[in-house]
Amino acid sequence: MVDPLIRIDGLTIDFDTGRSSIRALHELDLEIKKGEAIGIVGESGSGKSITWLGALGLLGSRAHVSGSVRLDGREILGLGEREMAAIRGKRIAMIFQDPTSSLNPVHRIGRQLVESLVIHRGMSERSAMAEARRLLERVQIAAPSQRLSEYPHELSGGMNQRVMIAMALAGEPDLLIADEPTTALDVTIQAQILEVLKEMRRETGMGLVIISHDLGIVAELADRVMVMYAGRPVEVSPVDRIFDAPRHPYTRGLLAALPEIDGTLERLVAIPGQVPEPHALPPGCPFAPRCAEAKAEICNAAIPAMRTVGTDHAAACEMIHGSTTARQRVLAVA
Amino acid sequence: MTSAPLISARDLRRTYNVKTAGGWFSPTAELKAVDGVSFEIRAGETLGLVGESGCGKSTTAKLVLGLIPATSGSVVFEGKPVTADRKRAWREQRRRMQMVYQDPLGALDRRLPVGVQAMEPLDIFNEGTKAERRDRMLSFFDAVGLPRTSVDRYPHELSGGQRQRVVLARALMHRPSLLVCDEPISALDVSIQAQVINLLKDLQAQLGVAYLFISHDLKVVRHVSHRVAVMYLGRIVESGRPEDIMRAPAHPYSQALISAVPSARARGKGRIVLDGDPPSPVDVPNGCAFHPRCPLATDRCRKDTPELRPFDAERLVACHRAGMRIASLDGAAA
Repeated sequence: MVDPLIRIDGLTIDFDTGRSSIRALHELDLEIKKGEAIGIVGESGSGKSITWLGALGLLGSRAHVSGSVRLDGREILGLGEREMAAIRGKRIAMIFQDPTSSLNPVHRIGRQLVESLVIHRGMSERSAMAEARRLLERVQIAAPSQRLSEYPHELSGGMNQRVMIAMALAGEPDLLIADEPTTALDVTIQAQILEVLKEMRRETGMGLVIISHDLGIVAELADRVMVMYAGRPVEVSPVDRIFDAPRHPYTRGLLAALPEIDGTLERLVAIPGQVPEPHALPPGCPFAPRCAEAKAEICNAAIPAMRTVGTDHAAACEMIHGSTTARQRVLAVA
Repeated sequence: MTSAPLISARDLRRTYNVKTAGGWFSPTAELKAVDGVSFEIRAGETLGLVGESGCGKSTTAKLVLGLIPATSGSVVFEGKPVTADRKRAWREQRRRMQMVYQDPLGALDRRLPVGVQAMEPLDIFNEGTKAERRDRMLSFFDAVGLPRTSVDRYPHELSGGQRQRVVLARALMHRPSLLVCDEPISALDVSIQAQVINLLKDLQAQLGVAYLFISHDLKVVRHVSHRVAVMYLGRIVESGRPEDIMRAPAHPYSQALISAVPSARARGKGRIVLDGDPPSPVDVPNGCAFHPRCPLATDRCRKDTPELRPFDAERLVACHRAGMRIASLDGAAA
């Protein structure tokens, strides 16, 4: 079997709040193959962003990160700052929601692009400038030469996000982590950025982690989807199965709660209650208090483990396994 | 169309003088935030106002409520003109027309218990005795689904969804006939959004309140609105029933906007990707403001500004090429 590009085992993140410590991520396991696009879906506080900030050593000293993150079989958790810096931007690049706060407002676009080309690709200033121009062309920015000499405030939000993508591509990464890359943008601009991301994947074959609260965006870009809830993955499956045959009650709840642009207009089925705070998680399954299918004696007893429910499809819900065994029994009788 | 509308806006315009780039003595330019907007809302009905940032939706809301004076045009609410002079008549009107904003934390005072804040509208107008005011407040807490125990809580002790319920309860305290909601659910998590959408619809059925519902989210607008108006650069470009507009948008901009919405259920659908960004409202193109981005534009679109005209029995469209379809990226008509 081929080594996955990234293999995460038991990744756990605790935050030191002075008096106590709060667990924001609980033992996450995930593999990403070379060139694969994986979508991470979840509400605020589900741990979808923190997973990657933790894995890349971007969380600062108050976070305690444990477990294992292997890139091409090599452990990267706990590497020194110098070694990490060689991985970030070069092997794994990351773009965030708000492009204007990721760009330096006092430097021209060109200088910022050249900087990352000099660092990651060891280019001379001169060839880096030519490459920067080519990168802007690739993310479909009109008049790239002119843009190189402009400042971020002179560009629109959508254009700045293209610059961020261009900068991420500068290191020719194997994996691009895009954390809510279009949330701050308008719908028609979002459509442009999604097309650029698809195009870049087709061209370079790089892997993609797309983090979003919008299931529609994930549906469009990802090959595989991981749904997270309260710091844990609850379901992982190929993209079609998540939408056509979701198994976890939370995934099904999310899909029923989403308003749609077409189809019959029905009353939305809201999930009652709210996401639990990380310091006040319920015993057992974190979704149980909001779950219509939960049975106290089963769901409150223990935290459900991820288990296979189909081909490449896993979910963390005791009730699924309960009902499968029941169905198997019925089938056996028939 | 027999009864008089609850509120009607006629040819509303609002311009701002802004300095052009180039220093203190540079000439000023006229920014047209709202450029001739007319609409009516009947009692108990919802008008959804959609468009991208900078299209003038929020300015329209402020004009409707008389929070800012219009440059020209008029608003008539319950048979009386709405002025922005903040005199007695306006204050009386404002009891009947209320506003809900996107960020409930920004709309609430962090230092006061939410019950006290929700009762404030009644205190200001000195309605009834203190006990009666408290009873009314509690009954509205029931109506928006907040537990009565939460009246003594502070805003930070409540979740985002609960805070938005407090804001709603406060806005409804005077039993208004019109509620202007500016992106009321955009700051909420996906599973909470459905709760608030359902609540807004229930309150409308119960209290007969009309909504001017402003949102960039077409899926949400489709679920709450009886009629929809699409805005682009300060003008309404298409208005009509949500089902008609979402199924067969007649204006090219509406077509692009609707096709750009990522959908979990319609994966891999063709999408129209517009070129460029919306132009600045300081420098609105001649003729149809959408023509530089419109794939269907002709010479006429560059010269004549299209008026909002009946397209079919239920719909108004401002386009010389109304009803023509833009081909989507995969070649098929969207």
